[in-house]
Amino acid sequence: MSGPERPVLLNSLRSGPDRAGRFGDFGGRFVAETLMPLVLEVERAYRAAKDDPAFHAQLRAYLTDYVGRPSPLWFAERLTQTLGGAKIYFKRDELNHTGSHKANNCMGQILLARRMGKTRIIAETGAGQHGVATATMCALFGFPCTIYMGAVDVERQKPNVFRMKLLGAEVRPVTSGAATLKDAMNEAMRDWVANVADTYYLIGTVAGPHPYPMMVRDFQSVIGEEAKVQLQECEGRLPDAAVACIGGGSNAMGLFYAFLDDPSVRLIGVEAGGHGLETGSHAASLSGGRPGVLHGNRTYLLQNDDGQILEAHSISAGLDYPGVGPEHAWLHDIGRVEYVAATDQEALEAFQLCTRTEGIIPALEPAHALAHVIRIAPGMSRNAVIVMNLCGRGDKDIFAVADHLGVAL
Amino acid sequence: MSRIAARFAALTQEGRGALIPFVEAWDPDGATSLALLRGMPGAGADLIEIGMPFTDPMADGPTIQAAGKRALAAGASVPAALAMVRDFRKDDADTPVVLMGYLNPILSYGTDRFCTDAAASGVDGLIVVDLPPEEAGLLLPYAATRGLDFIRLVAPTTDDNRLPYVLDGSSGFVYYVSIAGITGTRFATSEHLAQAIPRVRRFTNLPIAVGFGVRTPGQAAQAVRAADAAVVASALIDTLASTLDDQGRAGPVTVRRVLDQVRELAEGVREARLNI
Repeated sequence: MSGPERPVLLNSLRSGPDRAGRFGDFGGRFVAETLMPLVLEVERAYRAAKDDPAFHAQLRAYLTDYVGRPSPLWFAERLTQTLGGAKIYFKRDELNHTGSHKANNCMGQILLARRMGKTRIIAETGAGQHGVATATMCALFGFPCTIYMGAVDVERQKPNVFRMKLLGAEVRPVTSGAATLKDAMNEAMRDWVANVADTYYLIGTVAGPHPYPMMVRDFQSVIGEEAKVQLQECEGRLPDAAVACIGGGSNAMGLFYAFLDDPSVRLIGVEAGGHGLETGSHAASLSGGRPGVLHGNRTYLLQNDDGQILEAHSISAGLDYPGVGPEHAWLHDIGRVEYVAATDQEALEAFQLCTRTEGIIPALEPAHALAHVIRIAPGMSRNAVIVMNLCGRGDKDIFAVADHLGVAL
Repeated sequence: MSRIAARFAALTQEGRGALIPFVEAWDPDGATSLALLRGMPGAGADLIEIGMPFTDPMADGPTIQAAGKRALAAGASVPAALAMVRDFRKDDADTPVVLMGYLNPILSYGTDRFCTDAAASGVDGLIVVDLPPEEAGLLLPYAATRGLDFIRLVAPTTDDNRLPYVLDGSSGFVYYVSIAGITGTRFATSEHLAQAIPRVRRFTNLPIAVGFGVRTPGQAAQAVRAADAAVVASALIDTLASTLDDQGRAGPVTVRRVLDQVRELAEGVREARLNI
């Protein structure tokens, strides 16, 4: 069913995926036949929407007036002084409505679901940020909404669970497998296959079967596009480095995409190193995994010698996933993006430093990105510029952080 | 002629449909599932489907999920599943065996090596749930080289435009997923099968097996009246699970209970076309 290949600009890294949904060897559509016609339907509908100026105008209006875009670019001056090196800018996607970058993608996909005439929305969530964003858009547009969330995550992200319920969503705790994000995604796919006629599956990251990795990237790419313009305004140039955390990798793809063809910009993705890569207890699929197929796409996965998927570990529920988006897998293999890891402990320290020096409580997810900024900024020139995606706010994490710091609330 | 083709040809001669029971490799342990496998032809299995456990069985309902979890805890692996087929083939040269699983363990083992070793172990066909025709090039050439039948899933959502594409490169038989849903949840209506199976037949001469939701002898009979074979999985695993102790270990009646149920299902299938 794959049609003629889309013309590929050989000098661009921004032309992927191909018609089969491949970024190099990664991506594709590895789903059961029952779902395949639905996946193709989403792709057709998305391509039509992408070519429709009215869709873009509608999305832009909602992003401006409801989500609150553009998000500011903040020069983190005290942090910069504290670290004593490169100038550090935060792209403040934590100021979006619902508190993270997830709103960008949810708004895009909910408008698509409406165009498709779907009447029910399902989604998976790990930290609950995507679940909250989905439940929010469903409240706004009057869709019934079911959110699948691992039972373990339901326990460690109670504030977000309550938020989703307030917004009218049904939160279904998933007890199968390891009861975390990957199992929530399995369960959402099982729901989708049983409710093919009316249900739209709103995937929260740049993973899953084609067209999701492409579509979610497109909806998130507003982050990097804005940052590029904003940096031009305040610095008059491109950044030297762009840094973002990686779970599935949607906030990172959103930041990186605008800079892929600017070779002077170092792009750095920071995976969750958990207790340390050497312990095996982490969520760093690019640094510690190998290629395989899960959740509809070929990508790097944490797996054992028999191809069984391993449990990821991270202090951050949003990064606690044994895979990564296929475009990252490709960017890793061609060497365009550097992928590194930060441990739970490093993220906790970054979390506290950011809070004290900038008055911003970051989510534990971008605290991983910040942990790497803390490593590299001091060694860079004072004229150098780093932009980091502060993709979520940390209100949801204060209980977990208190717990790790041994503070009883 | 492949074992699968030979078996369906013989059943056509007999004028009856086939029963295809399912056993999850190493559920709840290697010895018990091998005993089940060995006992199935005598209990009336015409073909046997062996599930290869995977940590993330996205198309499966709670019953097969639990079976996979028990099997993995007991040490199931791709080599262990292949070894089971080799052991089975020592005493049975005729009953076709089909492996059903998910792609990642096969990729991890190596696609070429997997097809080579599966064929050498006595496997006759493969069903890979998360490998739609769009991606089949990863495995199909190796399966074809080794003479393994490549069995495709067709679903209620597979429309007439797509059917020829899905069936292109299919061999052995066609597996009709009778409901849009996961395994072991509900069964199609006879009206649905009466409409759906002839629709698929317009595009293929291969035998058609009906699976997903076939639980009782009556439903198995209904399936083979409309199609050529009935696949029964979750109902057998539920029976198996009901005989396990608190630690999930097999008991003295585990194998007997499951095989008794296979016998009842086989009777249903054998009487189906007599009672039309």
